Amino acid sequence: MDREVHSQAYTKSRLGRWALIAVPYAWLLLFFLAPFVIVFKISLSEVVVSIPPYQPVIDWANGLAGVLDTARQWSFDNYIWLTQDAIYFKAYLSSLQIALIATAITLVVGYPIAYGMARAPKAWQPTLLMLIILPFWTSFLIRVYAWIGILKNEGLLNQVLMSLGLISDPLIILNTNAAVYIGIVYSYLPFMVLPLYSSLEKMDGSLIEAAEDLGCPPMKAFWQVTIPLSVPGIIAGCFLVFIPAVGEFVIPDILGGSETLMIGKTLWVEFFRNRDWPVASAVAVVLLLILVIPIVLFQRQQEKQREAA
Amino acid sequence: MAKKPIGPVRRAFAPWEDPNAIPFIEFRNVTKRFGDFVAVDNLSLSIYEREFHALLGGSGCGKTTMMRMLAGFETPTEGQILLDGQDLAGIPPYKRPVNMMFQSYALFPHMTVEANIAFGLKQDGMPASEIKSRVDEMLRLVKLEPFAKRKPHQLSGGQRQRVALARSLAKRPKVLLLDEPLAALDKKLREETQLELMTLQEDLRMTFLIVTHDQEEAMTVADRISVMDHGHIRQVATPGEIYETPNSRFVAEFIGDINLFSGQISEVNENDARLFCTVLGQHIDIQGAGKVTAGSNAAFAIRPEKVRISLDKPEPSNANVIPGEVWDIAYMGDVSIYHIKIAETETVRAVVANTTRLVERPITWDDKIWLSWDRDAGVILTK
Ligand SMILES: Nc1ncnc2c1ncn2[C@@H]1O[C@H](COP(=O)(O)OP(=O)(O)OP(=O)(O)O)[C@@H](O)[C@H]1O
Ligand SMILES: [Mg+2]
Repeated sequence: MDREVHSQAYTKSRLGRWALIAVPYAWLLLFFLAPFVIVFKISLSEVVVSIPPYQPVIDWANGLAGVLDTARQWSFDNYIWLTQDAIYFKAYLSSLQIALIATAITLVVGYPIAYGMARAPKAWQPTLLMLIILPFWTSFLIRVYAWIGILKNEGLLNQVLMSLGLISDPLIILNTNAAVYIGIVYSYLPFMVLPLYSSLEKMDGSLIEAAEDLGCPPMKAFWQVTIPLSVPGIIAGCFLVFIPAVGEFVIPDILGGSETLMIGKTLWVEFFRNRDWPVASAVAVVLLLILVIPIVLFQRQQEKQREAA
Repeated sequence: MAKKPIGPVRRAFAPWEDPNAIPFIEFRNVTKRFGDFVAVDNLSLSIYEREFHALLGGSGCGKTTMMRMLAGFETPTEGQILLDGQDLAGIPPYKRPVNMMFQSYALFPHMTVEANIAFGLKQDGMPASEIKSRVDEMLRLVKLEPFAKRKPHQLSGGQRQRVALARSLAKRPKVLLLDEPLAALDKKLREETQLELMTLQEDLRMTFLIVTHDQEEAMTVADRISVMDHGHIRQVATPGEIYETPNSRFVAEFIGDINLFSGQISEVNENDARLFCTVLGQHIDIQGAGKVTAGSNAAFAIRPEKVRISLDKPEPSNANVIPGEVWDIAYMGDVSIYHIKIAETETVRAVVANTTRLVERPITWDDKIWLSWDRDAGVILTK
């Protein structure tokens, strides 16, 4: 009898757990897997001038036979095409490079901010946190556009530098990779600062005291104790910046120039300018495959974190 | 200056009795305020080289604050702290020849036990082979050899405490500050470690300042004890003096168990005195009462183990004798504590060694008995 009650409770709790897990899974299925399947299917078709601009189109009227009939016409030609034109490979590589450099800059800029926040008086911390999140209240697009006003030749930055007499000719920043870096660092800074802050804030201040007590000067203690203990925050922050930065389109499009090669832009060009949906889809699928590696690594790291805690 | 002998004979070490001895650590009128709160109040204390000094006091009385000031983590609001004649003001913690074992352990979570212990040695640029042998020695001392490669979160509370102890000892600092170093250890391990600490302190000629809540521990390890209360030091003396001649009711009640009889000094004769106890309605004779004046209010204090009980009235020749009735008996194993009712609202505690088996207890509940003690068995407290 005792066992029965126990097993009943067990079944119940298992059911409850399944219901709980089902919600995010349903969400992923609906908004991630389904669009992916559609994009993947398009990437296997061939471009035509029609609506929709690709074929074959599944003939649902014929039921399963129609679907099979369409499937017979699918091919990986678009993927082969991606390897034949060097532009795609270059764009992927350049995206990874820009994302990597931008992530490194974001880390260097974000760390002191997070450190300062974690060390600030407890009463100020919610306000500082608020200030970090505040930019999210305005549209991302508008904020990126605003940078044009700052960075252009007769923009705010050049005016200030010139009136201070620091430079005589305006710096050309807009429409260069430098502007793209500025844009990415600015836009993704909160994603770096927040995980860094949360790992620094958790740190026990007496550890630094212990290090100093044992003869370690503060600067050295920072490298030997603070940095190693904030590694989980560093990793999380870097992934959160790197992953979306690789596929970034808006920032290179608005702030970058002709030299700026990023896969997001390539994708846009294929999709809207060339109206080549199948190739654009293939580009997107490959991008996703490239990003799956860091995403899986990130998930692993998060899990390890949770286990350690 | 009295030289401390090597070996177990510690009694000859008493530099505080030598007026020419120079203190090694000196707190001079130190006050520490946190906002309006006074944590340490105009406190002066001298600790001598190679002394094992214990700070004893209730929670929040300022013990940790004193250590943190000595280690350099807090700056005194007023006053000076000197180490070996040098004013410590302005010297950062990492340059002080002082190591501290933190009450919270403060072990580095990302380092193994080994690396934690080696941390301080590495800062000094000690050669790797020497570090290795020192770390091994420390691991042996705290009996953690099998755990060298573990991280702190894989250890029990007591094991972590021992790592913290080993880490603070590893550098063999001139002064070691131990903030409740053994609180998380079981009795046996604690007693063993106490002995190890004493041996180590003797061998390495270090000066130890220890905080403990365990009076027995303080009595065992310390050369001298400071009893603290609300940022003040109430008494600084050897364990024996603190126990046998406390200078105030606070110290008497704080250390060990004590019976107090309030009253008025009725007679003073050189070093002897007579106190009239109102509750008893009887006089108590005291030999070696010290400086007291007739007519002043005072209390007579006597430890329970110095009170005898008997069924027959003892000869009052050289003793104080009071009638009473057994109210309660607390059996502690080695001893029994008798609560003897001497007045309507007053009981006296007497400790009797259990020299016989329980069944044969000669004095039992509700027995009418006699309490007695020698005239020099207790002290007069005026504060
Ligand atoms: N940074 C601080 N800010 C404000 N008050 C403090 C601070 N540090 C200590 N105090 C206060 O000073 C008093 C003494 O603290 P301290 O830590 O020295 O006590 P303690 O004697 O070590 O006590 P325990 O035996 O509980 O460890 C306490 O009342 C404490 O609240
Ligand atoms: Mg304390």
